[in-house]
Amino acid sequence: MPLSTSLQSGIARRVDRLGALLGVGAIVAAVTLPFVVHKANRIASGTPRSVLEALPRGTAVAALALVAGVAASAALSRRPRLRLAAAVAGVTGIALALGRAADVLTPAGNRLTRVSPGVGCWLLLVLFALLATDALARLRPGPAARVGCLALTALAAYAAFASGLFDHLSIMREYAVNASGFGREARQHVLLALGSVGAAAVIGLPVGILCHRVPRLRGAILQALNLIQTIPSIALFGILMVPLGALATAVPLAAELGINGIGPAPAAVALFLYALLPIVANTSVGLGRVSPAAVDAARGMGLTGWQVLSQIEMPLALPVIITGLRIVLVQNIGLVTVAALIGGGGFGTYVFQGVGQTAIDLVLLGAIPTVALAFTAAVLLDALVDALQRTAR
Amino acid sequence: MIEIESLSKEYGPATVVDGVSMSIAGGSITAIVGTSGSGKSTLLRMINRLVEPSRGRVLIEGRDTATRPGHLLRREIGYAIQGHGLFPHRTVAENIATVPRLLGWQAARIRNRVAELLGIFQLEPGEYAAKFPHQLSGGQQQRVGVARALAAEPRVLLMDEPFGALDPIIRGQAQDDLRGIQRRFGTTVVLVTHDMDEAFRLGDRVAVMTQGRLLQYDRPAMLLTHPADPFVSRLTGTSDRALKLLSLTTAGDAAEPGAGEGPVVPASASLRDVLAALLWSGAAAAAVQHPDGSPAGRVTLAAILARGRAG
Amino acid sequence: MPRLATLLRIAAGALLLTFLAVPQRFAPLFAPFTEYGAPPIYDQGSLPLLALAHLGTVFLAAAASTVVAVGLGILVTRASGAEFLPLSRTLVNVGQTFPPVAVLAVAVPLVGFGETPTLIALFAYGLLPVFENTISGLQACPPAVLEAADGMGMSPRQRLLTVELPLAMPLILEGIRLSLVINVGTATIGSTVAAKGLGEVIIAGLLSNNTAFILQGGLVTGLMAMLLYEAMAALERRILRAAHVA
Repeated sequence: MPLSTSLQSGIARRVDRLGALLGVGAIVAAVTLPFVVHKANRIASGTPRSVLEALPRGTAVAALALVAGVAASAALSRRPRLRLAAAVAGVTGIALALGRAADVLTPAGNRLTRVSPGVGCWLLLVLFALLATDALARLRPGPAARVGCLALTALAAYAAFASGLFDHLSIMREYAVNASGFGREARQHVLLALGSVGAAAVIGLPVGILCHRVPRLRGAILQALNLIQTIPSIALFGILMVPLGALATAVPLAAELGINGIGPAPAAVALFLYALLPIVANTSVGLGRVSPAAVDAARGMGLTGWQVLSQIEMPLALPVIITGLRIVLVQNIGLVTVAALIGGGGFGTYVFQGVGQTAIDLVLLGAIPTVALAFTAAVLLDALVDALQRTAR
Repeated sequence: MIEIESLSKEYGPATVVDGVSMSIAGGSITAIVGTSGSGKSTLLRMINRLVEPSRGRVLIEGRDTATRPGHLLRREIGYAIQGHGLFPHRTVAENIATVPRLLGWQAARIRNRVAELLGIFQLEPGEYAAKFPHQLSGGQQQRVGVARALAAEPRVLLMDEPFGALDPIIRGQAQDDLRGIQRRFGTTVVLVTHDMDEAFRLGDRVAVMTQGRLLQYDRPAMLLTHPADPFVSRLTGTSDRALKLLSLTTAGDAAEPGAGEGPVVPASASLRDVLAALLWSGAAAAAVQHPDGSPAGRVTLAAILARGRAG
Repeated sequence: MPRLATLLRIAAGALLLTFLAVPQRFAPLFAPFTEYGAPPIYDQGSLPLLALAHLGTVFLAAAASTVVAVGLGILVTRASGAEFLPLSRTLVNVGQTFPPVAVLAVAVPLVGFGETPTLIALFAYGLLPVFENTISGLQACPPAVLEAADGMGMSPRQRLLTVELPLAMPLILEGIRLSLVINVGTATIGSTVAAKGLGEVIIAGLLSNNTAFILQGGLVTGLMAMLLYEAMAALERRILRAAHVA
């Protein structure tokens, strides 16, 4: 029997379309798609297992009920806080269930079995994460709140991994194999990314100021830097190997310092070059946006050229400049991954090893920390820009 | 106080200011008027050397301004511009404190000065000192801009279209405030404007410029009655110059002894306003009153007509 | 100096085409970069074919991502799609933090090696600039103009096609250009997963320590990216002038 039109429109008004879409997707994923993929060993083909097959009866029912509950609140409630709470509960619950499933499916003491998240599990995590993101976006948190949320999430994730919750999950198995080198690669990755951006800032900021002051130079400098940006990363890495290799042979001191044709040196130089354009461009644009009246008043009041630059122009251009820094830091965190191809180290090592061995867990071992690192950098610097812009307008 | 001697500025083949000479008395307000492109802003900016003159020199209290480094000179001259140029990333108090800080004043002295200026400009210090420029209205921003220019107690204040961005209702009040402040501190004010009425209202002396040349520099009344150039009379306006002339004199100054039977006007009212009041009421004489209410004499219609005549 | 820039562009284009047509002529130029008598010019495949394959992958992915991104951008800026707008903006911000390599690497175990994961990665990564710019462009339409269009009696579809999209066109084209140029670079990494393209030349050089190969691959890709950038800019100007929008 068809619903009456008033009831239909009543439902339409009460149902949140985005929430309904995500909720229905989540239910379908939980019920029909495989939750985990169970392999006897790394290279065997996997058997997909649904929620009911992978978890003990009680836990499975609880998981399904959780999914239903989150879906319902997403579809029917428009209050962001409730949706956020539901989404966070959903992500936590699915993660816990995943860890539990891995524990259950791995016989005690067995080191060969691989249990990895199935399509259904990934989909659930993604959908609930989207729900949480949407709710968070609607709440419009300030910069401090955003950083706080990030810190909380990082803490929770660290606690979860450290407590052994996910130890039987395939990706943690790969980690266990690579544990000794992981810390070193992580340090290498962060060092390369931060170092290159830092060096580029030291050179790029003055060049940017120069471009702003001398408009004739701006075109030429930006064109040259633009040219560098169009060279694909592996090409630049490769091209730089030549002069650096020659330098290592000609000047033994350089080789001792670690400057060599292979390894992180060509990557570091290339990353430095790639970071220059956005920093120079943003510095120049940021300075251009400072109100000319403020600069004129500052000069008219007797501030020296240096005082005008340091006390008035740079502080006012800072939001745009830091946005540029955010862009290059995120860009370079990604590019360091590619540097693994020429022996630069970093998380890319695991990514390309995984590609070579067609082992997605190894790929994820490299990809997930990279994405997390980039995301953290973006949130932190964005919050800084936001905080700066709230005082200066 | 300020001697401008044959000041000129050229940008390549274009002459923006052409041999201007003026002598500005201490404690007065000088208004420089002209159409856009007349060079008035450039002339102003040559006084504090934001623009370096091509030729000529400026003497302030006998000292050639060119003998000191520019930024040190400017710390002793107040500078208020259109669009005020308040620093968006600093509070009102910090903005006002800028030059005193550059001059190394003691913190307590700076605090007191900021509070004093905010009080004079009718901005409650407790409420406004910690605000940022974007939180203020246009009129408030303009006032802070002038307060900032006066912070270090300069003897000279340069203003470039300071009231241009204000809406007409506030502008008159701001102009009156400026005159009050100037009288209080005795500052020598040089003010650039394109608004003739404003120049007449504020200026003890008015300088008219066109195409870089100074046409006339005299009291407003003289500009009306003895224009040195047809351009000057065009600028002041020929159609209502009689009324402009009347607006330069107050009822109190023009009063003669006697009782007026018509409307009562305050001594501070301009003769133009008295004329309007007499026309409206149909009376032949107005009674002038001191601020305290005591009679100050009368102004007759006939006397007004006599004053409004050319010559 | 606009004429000098144009001359340089034409020279670069001519150089590129000549190299692709008769690469062996350039052998003496690259010979100093080889050791032990290694071949100075890439000989494990046809350079022009590789360049074409490379461009083909890029354009295919770009076409697909443009259609999807513009479509989604339009949907999200309509009144009926307003619920999805905050999430879209956040997704765009978050999406920028994903390194393209990660997307490529994750796609491989799912769909295997070759063209497919590269296309998927280029498609996904090409979505973002176009999506973001479509939203910005459509939202930047002055409200007064939209109101006038409604007041004249245009249907929402007419308004979209004749007013909003043309006005948003500069930003959308800019996004497409950006996504194309980024993808030319990203497609080189696709060769690490056996996609046909110029990355092959660079990888071959890295593997056999042949700097000449690396240089060739890098320079050709760089020149291609640069010329594409300039060509798109010129095309943009033409389109916008024809549409009387710029």
